[in-house]
Amino acid sequence: MTYETSAVVAEGLRKSYGGTPALGGFDLTVPTGTVCGLLGPNGAGKTTAVRILATLLRFDAGHARVAGHDVTRHPDRVRALVGLTGQYAAVDEILSGRQNLILFGRLRHLPARVARRRADELLDQFGLADVADRSAGAYSGGMRRRLDLAASLITTPRVLFLDEPTTGLDPRSRNGLWEAVRSLVADGTTVLLTTQYLEEADQLADRISVVDSGRVVAEGTSAELKARIGEDRIELVVRHGAQLPAAAGIVERVTGGPVTSDAEIRQLSAPVVDRIGALADVMRALQDHDIAVEDVVLRRPTLDEAFLRLTGQRSAGPREEVAV
Amino acid sequence: MSTAVDSRRGAAATTAEARTAGLLGRLGWAVADGWVMAGRNMRHVVRSPEEIVLYFTLPIMFVLVFGYVFGSGMAVPGNGNYREFLLPGVFVMTMLYGLGATASAVAVDASRGVVDRFRSMPMARSALLTGRAGADLARAVLELATLVVCGLLVGWRWRNGLGDALTAMSLVLLLRLALTWVGILFGLLVPNPDTVAVIVFPLAFPLTALSNVFVAPDLLPRWLGAVAAWNPLSATVAAARELFGNPGIGGESWAAQHPLVLAVGWPVLLIVLVAPLAVRRYQRLSR
Repeated sequence: MTYETSAVVAEGLRKSYGGTPALGGFDLTVPTGTVCGLLGPNGAGKTTAVRILATLLRFDAGHARVAGHDVTRHPDRVRALVGLTGQYAAVDEILSGRQNLILFGRLRHLPARVARRRADELLDQFGLADVADRSAGAYSGGMRRRLDLAASLITTPRVLFLDEPTTGLDPRSRNGLWEAVRSLVADGTTVLLTTQYLEEADQLADRISVVDSGRVVAEGTSAELKARIGEDRIELVVRHGAQLPAAAGIVERVTGGPVTSDAEIRQLSAPVVDRIGALADVMRALQDHDIAVEDVVLRRPTLDEAFLRLTGQRSAGPREEVAV
Repeated sequence: MSTAVDSRRGAAATTAEARTAGLLGRLGWAVADGWVMAGRNMRHVVRSPEEIVLYFTLPIMFVLVFGYVFGSGMAVPGNGNYREFLLPGVFVMTMLYGLGATASAVAVDASRGVVDRFRSMPMARSALLTGRAGADLARAVLELATLVVCGLLVGWRWRNGLGDALTAMSLVLLLRLALTWVGILFGLLVPNPDTVAVIVFPLAFPLTALSNVFVAPDLLPRWLGAVAAWNPLSATVAAARELFGNPGIGGESWAAQHPLVLAVGWPVLLIVLVAPLAVRRYQRLSR
């Protein structure tokens, strides 16, 4: 079996559900050994694309190859080489965590003894050893998601699909999951990750494809996309309007960017590159000059604004779901 | 992570094996995967012991209610013992109602995310269903054992020796296997697992009424009698009565004259027709 240079290739994928188009000419190439982030709002077609590539869904037109095999002609070969961890934890809720991992190991045709040993290793690795014999249905959201990921790693997949892996997780569980994904990538697995959060794509992905209305509308590294989206801004309100010009001077000197000020609401705004560093520096400098600050925020462009800048048009996805 | 690398090599080896092994190998894996899935379903029962109670209550209730409440008002052809006449019918009726449990278990499975994992793994596509059929057959053996014990307690006997009795029980289990596949297909067709139980009863009840479980088909209006005589349940009940040496109904129709042929033929026909449909339906789930 040969390693191809592209682990995932999708060309012109089309899929509609009873007349409603979900994918309308979806193209994607993921080089072997890299992490690709599919970024987009709910309903953009990310999950549909992943389900097609994981052989769960038939499509109407186009071609797709995963790990060197055509998903339509040789779905079994693809299945042997991929792992899928979805938005809804795909584990058996009645069985215990250990029983789940042994079951999936047996279904991947590991001998019983090997399946048991592998289950124990994964339970340790994902911090589930203490709850190994409890029903998966009684797990917290974070534990269930970790079990779900562990179930995808019983045999190390050549390509791993992660469909919104951290949606609904608290920050600690999210960081743990990110760590697990990074160590997997270090071992050579190709990862295709869908997310609604630019930060998540930024943390994990080598390249990001922005998806909207069933198509990839922008593509690039995180830095490239950010440059096109525009910077984060620091916005602050000073207590005394008389100090506004002085404050503006200080902020301009610290951030180096053009400062806009609004005298009526005593507000200053400036682009920042190093978010937290800039915040600390600005606050320290203002304090040194005895300028009192009433309010300060770091603001990122919303995904909606990002879409506007990347594509020149508003996202067709539902408004309330977007966030960066 | 040396273990991960090892297991990758393992995965490559197993896929290579699977490809060279060909059709026979695929069949072997299908059986192995089905066996693993049957084990999963049985572990479900072990983890929820309250369900085991259900296994025993329905058979016991059927024997008591039909044996004592209804039995007091019924006469058997040839003045036989009513409860001896009744028990083979209750065996078959219990098998029929097991279809409901099968259908809801499949419907619940199909509605859960775990099915996505099964479908994205390199396992036999039939395994989820054959595993269900295997586990439910094991359940049926337990139910039948309960029925036999209850039957013996209320005066039912087998009179043609153990061999014939075991043959009769095998026929009852064969029917259950066929009904299990009907239940599986049904569970895959209903959109909502909650509605399964509500739909199964009105469908199952007329099937028992229009059979020889309680009455002789010859006593019914002509066309209804024909339906009852050819009912697959009737075939198994009549064959079981014959093999157990219990009082039977007899009848003029070809079906009534050849219950053994039909008791094998009907279930085999049902399995051959319904099982491929169910597997096909499962493969097309959410597609």
